[in-house]
Amino acid sequence: MKLTLKIWRQKNAAAEGKIVEYPIDGIEPDMSFLEMLDILNDELIVKGEDTVAFDHDCREGICGMCSLYINGEAHGPDRLVTTCQLHMRKFKDGDTIFIEPFRAKAFPVIKDLVVDRGAFDRIQQSGGFISVNTSGNTIDANTIPIPKHDADRAFDAATCIGCGACVASCKNSSAMLFVSAKVSQFALLPQGKVEAADRVLNMVAQMDAEGFGNCTNTGACEVECPKGISLENIARMNREYLSASLKG
Amino acid sequence: MALDSKIPGGSVSDKWTNYKDHINLVNPANKRNLDIIVVGTGLAGGSAAATLAELGYNVKAFCFQDSPRRAHSIAAQGGINAAKNYQGDGDSTFRLFYDTVKGGDYRAREANVHRLAEVSVNIIDQCVAQGVPFAREYGGLLDNRSFGGTLVSRTFYAKGQTGQQLLLGAYSAMNRQIGRGKIKMHNRHEMLDLVIVNGKARGIIARNLVTGEIERHSAHAVVIASGGYGNVFFLSTNAMGSNVTAAWKIHKRGAYFANPCYTQIHPTCIPVSGDHQAKLTLMSESLRNDGRIWVPAKLEDAKAIREGKLKPTQIAEADRDYYLERRYPAFGNLVPRDIASRAAKERCDAGFGVNKTGEAVYLDFAAAIERYGVDQARLKHLDENDTALVIKLGTEVVANKYGNLFQMYEKIVDENPYATPMMIYPAVHYTMGGTWVDYNLQTTIPGCFSIGESNFSDHGANRLGASALMQGLADGYFVLPYTIGDYLAPDIKMGTISTDSAEFEQAENNVKQQIEALMNNGGSKPADYFHKKLGKIMWDKVGMARNADGLTEAQNEIAAIREEFYKEVKIPGTADSFNPELAKALRIADFLELGELFAKDALHRNESCGGHFREEYQTPEGEAQRDDENFAYVAAWEYKGSPSDAVLHKEQLVFDNVKLVQRSYK
Amino acid sequence: MAKSALLKSSIAKKVAMALSGLFLVLFLAQHFFINMTSVFSADTFNSISHFMGNNPLVQFVIQPILIVGVIFHFIMGFVLEFKNNSARPISYAKNNGAANSSWASRNMIVSGSVVLAFLLLHFYDFWVPEMVYKYVDVSPLNETRYFHELAEKFESPIRTGLYSLSFLLLSLHLWHGFNSSFQSVGFNNKYSKSLHTLGYAFAIVVPFGFIFIALFHHFNH
Repeated sequence: MKLTLKIWRQKNAAAEGKIVEYPIDGIEPDMSFLEMLDILNDELIVKGEDTVAFDHDCREGICGMCSLYINGEAHGPDRLVTTCQLHMRKFKDGDTIFIEPFRAKAFPVIKDLVVDRGAFDRIQQSGGFISVNTSGNTIDANTIPIPKHDADRAFDAATCIGCGACVASCKNSSAMLFVSAKVSQFALLPQGKVEAADRVLNMVAQMDAEGFGNCTNTGACEVECPKGISLENIARMNREYLSASLKG
Repeated sequence: MALDSKIPGGSVSDKWTNYKDHINLVNPANKRNLDIIVVGTGLAGGSAAATLAELGYNVKAFCFQDSPRRAHSIAAQGGINAAKNYQGDGDSTFRLFYDTVKGGDYRAREANVHRLAEVSVNIIDQCVAQGVPFAREYGGLLDNRSFGGTLVSRTFYAKGQTGQQLLLGAYSAMNRQIGRGKIKMHNRHEMLDLVIVNGKARGIIARNLVTGEIERHSAHAVVIASGGYGNVFFLSTNAMGSNVTAAWKIHKRGAYFANPCYTQIHPTCIPVSGDHQAKLTLMSESLRNDGRIWVPAKLEDAKAIREGKLKPTQIAEADRDYYLERRYPAFGNLVPRDIASRAAKERCDAGFGVNKTGEAVYLDFAAAIERYGVDQARLKHLDENDTALVIKLGTEVVANKYGNLFQMYEKIVDENPYATPMMIYPAVHYTMGGTWVDYNLQTTIPGCFSIGESNFSDHGANRLGASALMQGLADGYFVLPYTIGDYLAPDIKMGTISTDSAEFEQAENNVKQQIEALMNNGGSKPADYFHKKLGKIMWDKVGMARNADGLTEAQNEIAAIREEFYKEVKIPGTADSFNPELAKALRIADFLELGELFAKDALHRNESCGGHFREEYQTPEGEAQRDDENFAYVAAWEYKGSPSDAVLHKEQLVFDNVKLVQRSYK
Repeated sequence: MAKSALLKSSIAKKVAMALSGLFLVLFLAQHFFINMTSVFSADTFNSISHFMGNNPLVQFVIQPILIVGVIFHFIMGFVLEFKNNSARPISYAKNNGAANSSWASRNMIVSGSVVLAFLLLHFYDFWVPEMVYKYVDVSPLNETRYFHELAEKFESPIRTGLYSLSFLLLSLHLWHGFNSSFQSVGFNNKYSKSLHTLGYAFAIVVPFGFIFIALFHHFNH
């Protein structure tokens, strides 16, 4: 396949960026999107140009490191995949592909397509945990039975990989899906209920402080989420937040 | 220096308890005067950092990713073992210990393995308390499944994302301590050297991957939890960034490197599709619970399939060779990984491979779908003779168990694994070898510890499925926090360690010179070019089957590539900025040294055991032939300026509780 | 922190938007039923209008609350839109919003602004003269004037057209807004599905009902 890539290039956080066009040839349908970028980068090195910086690590769709806004969608046109699992068979010979970083004020660009998602870590640090020390003598794991239905829903929420596609896709750059996934995971489990009120208040306060926008329920995040995290979690977080606030 | 494994006395089941009862402790007020550096934030590093911070130490944690949550432990799929015996199927601490020693082909240290089995139960309790959403049964209690090499169900799991859930548990524990200020997290940092002051590890030199700055960090002890070195093969199931650099740097500073040739080739990975491929994807071993592995029994069928003239579903039952079930009737498709991998290679080498390259076998779920479908039909009082209905019901059950894996397969291969068998082939997955550590998890450098996959300790020559997660968390949550206290007790009055010493200066200059040399060599080839070349040699000559000639060639060839690399590699951009190519090249430089030691170790070990298979040493049936008389030892290599000059030290393995026999899964 | 944060937090703002929106939905529903009577019976319409226009509870309690609600909903809408836009200082060179969300959900500010423009016209047409009539000029009570005033306004095809267009946009606004408000207040359970159907039905029936009323009077008088 022969393609035209239009890639956001930005030298560093302080520099101005712009879209630069790169033609590329010899791309096979079985290649992953990132393997296509590997090829581009090897060509750039041989030409003596700087490579296109992009985040990636596990390349099997679970670490959440890869990002990329491809042709106007986070992780590209395929559903329930991260960019590393997007394959070139989703594109046609002759296509023009826009490749941009995940954009949000809270995700400043580091270089080219690499952004700083530290805001997500800081939100988790503000309350995304259960305060239990490691001792080796907590109660036996089977002491508290948890209804399978609740455990399964907690798991579904917990599968969030923290990639930031929700923020990137949201017209408001809202982080509600990400935050609500963690709030929901713990709110659904008896272990997490003890600190549920403080958790949701603190995490939302941190989310707001990071400069994310406000959720307007467009649902774009759920559609673009590579793990299919449900909007239900946002409703649950709203509920948790309201009841926590009213309890004061 | 003679190796002292510092194994405590007493019977194997009392060692750990006695040890804990008699070690030195650091009082809480003094812990806050002690700094500990943890490099790597996977299951081992993350759990260690969190626990040490909870205890009161000041932890400085480092990871090369943009967040500790992304360490490659996250990709572990199948599960984590623990001797809980919740299923009442005869499991016990001793049985987990025994299975692990046997699974490791009798090349692991008994005392360490027993300790691992003992704390395995605490891990599950701890993780549940943290809110890890393990799979549960309808009664609300935890569910288990079985994994290769065992006869009990002791594996706890969270669908096909167990590693992710456990890592996020450790990450949440870390976050709590980062929020409290007890962990100072350094994301996007790569450790590039260890600093030793007066014979003790006292700090590291790290490169800030965003700014390119070379930084000095001091501490009273340094913990390496940087994972395995499977990426020396270029293609592996490891993450792109997984590297040996931290472990190799401490090796060069005096830590012995043990058993580098023990590498796990995982039998169920998605086969290589072409030269462009950058990494391989694992399909969880848990799939072997329900999938049956086969190749065509007739060569002409295999040929027709490779040419696309025949579909697997068209091959009659009688014309299929379920070779694992045929060769190992007792364990069948659930034989350990090393055995399943070699058996697949054997069939493919004999010409029965089923994809274009001839390097793939089938993993078939048709029988499981039918079996579950009939069960469901009976359960729901529906017609069990209605084939379409049975398939539909059975597919639902299989989707519920392995849905995310099947989806992943379909995205990559573009075939529906519910309708046609999956194609799989072995791929490099895990490295049992690593830095040598004593019972305290301390390397041969005082104050430098190594935990998780980066050490060599618990798995011997082969690792059983669902044991890596167990080891990582055991080391981090329950072992290191004790043993490091014993080491640190004398240091409580030391105060902060200065980074202005000559030792830091020297180490920093060392790093800067290497970077300088790579940036300004006038080369023209991308770093990946050398990595791929190295990987090909490793796979062809140091891979699943090795022989003396190939290993000797490999050593020479790798040394030659290394030389070419320093002359020819081209790194664009600058050293003082975000430069992924520079980071990559620095890692490849270390792989190019490790690869040679790896081959050297494989060549010296004149036996076959676990993941190390020497063609010269096999039984008439083609099974690994151990030589317990001459090789029941840990090979620990001391760095002497070049991998070829490494000096061998032996730690003799003593088996008091397990009888050494030819490993049999028949 | 909880109490002061509640007033400032993003979730509280969104809940306030939802609640004020739901309140306006209620108002819209009653307004619709009253207007609908004009199609069937001028007398009924006149008597209800008279009651609404002269009952002190409606005039001095409900009406001010409504006005505050309307103003709050609009101001908050603009404030949030501004804030949300500033959360992404550099926009995408290529964005494919249609791939993951409805036009209505992405353009609440557009549909809302049109509805606001219409409301201003509506106030100018009905509410201002009404206030002047009652409280400035203190004109005599006339229980039958309402129907004629209504019919008169729909004589002009341009006004009727504008009126219909605004309700089309209101329909889009409600299409997203009605259900969205329940999500915002955290209502998500087994009843959500039926509620969604109700929301979509409301978003169609009520605005198109208003359009029907307008067209009815335009063509019948």
